[in-house]
Amino acid sequence: MFKNMNKKTKNSLITYAIVIAVYIIVEGVVLSGNMSSLLQGLLVPLCTYSLCAVGLNLCVGYLGELSLGHAGFMCIGAFSSAFFSVVMKESIPNDAVRFIIALIIGIVFAALFGFLIAIPVLRLNGDYLAIVTLAFGEIIKNIVNVLYVGHDSTGWHISFQSQQALNLEADGVTYINGAQGITGTPHNSSFTVGVVLILIALFVVYNFTNSRTGRAVMSIRDNQIAAESVGINVRKYKLLVFTISAAIAGAAGVLYAHNLSTLTALPKNFGYNMSIMILVFVVLGGIGNFRGSVIAACILTLLPELLRGLSDYRMLIYAIVLIAMMLFNWAPAAIVFRQKLVAKFRPGKEEI
Amino acid sequence: MSFILYLINGISLGSVYAIIALGYTMVYGIAKMLNFAHGDVIMIGSYVSFVTFSQMGMNPILSVALSAVICTILGMVIERVAYKPLRKATSPLAVLITAIGVSYLLQNTALLVFGANPVSFTSVVNLSPLKLADGALVISGTTLVTIVLCLIIMACLMLFIKKTKAGQAMLAVSEDKDAAQLMGINVNATIALTFAIGSGLAAIAGVLLCSAYPTLTPYTGAMPGIKAFTAAVFGGIGSIPGALIGGILLGVIEILGRAYISSQLSDAIVFAVLIIVLLVKPSGILGKQIREKV
Repeated sequence: MFKNMNKKTKNSLITYAIVIAVYIIVEGVVLSGNMSSLLQGLLVPLCTYSLCAVGLNLCVGYLGELSLGHAGFMCIGAFSSAFFSVVMKESIPNDAVRFIIALIIGIVFAALFGFLIAIPVLRLNGDYLAIVTLAFGEIIKNIVNVLYVGHDSTGWHISFQSQQALNLEADGVTYINGAQGITGTPHNSSFTVGVVLILIALFVVYNFTNSRTGRAVMSIRDNQIAAESVGINVRKYKLLVFTISAAIAGAAGVLYAHNLSTLTALPKNFGYNMSIMILVFVVLGGIGNFRGSVIAACILTLLPELLRGLSDYRMLIYAIVLIAMMLFNWAPAAIVFRQKLVAKFRPGKEEI
Repeated sequence: MSFILYLINGISLGSVYAIIALGYTMVYGIAKMLNFAHGDVIMIGSYVSFVTFSQMGMNPILSVALSAVICTILGMVIERVAYKPLRKATSPLAVLITAIGVSYLLQNTALLVFGANPVSFTSVVNLSPLKLADGALVISGTTLVTIVLCLIIMACLMLFIKKTKAGQAMLAVSEDKDAAQLMGINVNATIALTFAIGSGLAAIAGVLLCSAYPTLTPYTGAMPGIKAFTAAVFGGIGSIPGALIGGILLGVIEILGRAYISSQLSDAIVFAVLIIVLLVKPSGILGKQIREKV
């Protein structure tokens, strides 16, 4: 059965199998009570990072553009869904239903913002695109930090000044409290939910990249002018990829928000550093390789936690990994060296 | 009166941005890359000056000079180790991602050496403030020195580019690398020189920045770095007078925005400027329009 299967289909099936196998093993270890609470606390963040890395990899690997604003899309997904969940806590008592609606809201909002931001941003490319996405990400974070939303008997109040400026009545509730963020988000995320989301995201990106649309996108990445000249609508496809990529980051944000009881937009979680951390996962896993992104996200998150004493050096290790990987993979001298190595040990087999 | 004070503070902050923007604009013009690590070179320069001046009590001018020398060397080392091997890479993303990696590396090295707690930087400028209009308008010595120094640096740099052989070589390399090589210009040395000048200036900018805003952390350089890049784009990337104009406009916009619109949103305002400039006139105020060719 496997023999005459398309290589790409086989590749995606292997990835699903790995994710499911890891899930079963981890669940087994958790149920047998052999997993430390520290490690259990890492399971959902692992899924969040993997998911976001898959989203960014779609943008970097298939669109060929570097987005440094994915933390911003995560932020939008997180805040819109957490806001919904907190407001609807009493109205929809069923956790599953509420979480699914929150998830859809988070994804739709992130996709919507991704789309709106992409319209101007995708007129640029390369370094300029990277810095503008970074700028948008920072603007999103800044605005969320001064956003105050409350509700009382007279209706909704929104302010960009302070909590007092909401002018709430005595019965009013502040839902989004500026820099203090959203508190009381129900704890709906779990490892199972995370793994299901990763599987869905992988399914989407694998099918997307193996489709006619995906091939059109890759042709744009490889040579935009050539693609344009054979009649590919460059703008449409770029917008599509960017939106999907933002939507996946939004899903990661939803997962992140529902794992914490207090959600705040700090430089640490939704700032530029987060975007870079995700980029490290993408680069280490291999640009354009989704399975690699998930594996790299897991290894780079777990390794510093497992080897105690290394966690202080975590960020330093990330930086060195990033530089070393780029030099090794892209420097012309390193490529020649690798080809020589391959020719020496495996004569007759060319490196792809 | 307060408006004039804001304006002067804005010009002072803008002068710092302009000096940082020089590093971006020269490197972008010549090596065609966005040196993300430039902002963190500023931070390293400030820490060097902090250790030598505030802690060891060195002469302020000597301390600034030392920090400029160290940053010059640092800039050249970064170029040689991280960017040069990737100059002929097939993907334009390769060198950009590496630059982000270098930026991260510098930040986290500083984090391990100096810790995350902010240190308070003593201003290297020891001049009494200038009082105008019967004391209604007080301009600090640091502000004055920053503006004057920025103008001097700009003038020197423009003379250097116009009058010296090395400067002319820089212009030639920025026009066409291959043609410059055929004319006998050492392209590698020219690019290294560009990084050296940019990084040395970054150290001076860092000291001036920390003299005006005296908290220094390993992340101090990142934001001004990105804003200075914004200034470079605003003025037109590759243009030295453009860096000056872009820097000062951006500084004024930031300070006025902070004063009259919202202090929390001042960063957002600056980034909004970047986005608008790139969408309306991507070549900037003084930049040249470059068409994409097959």
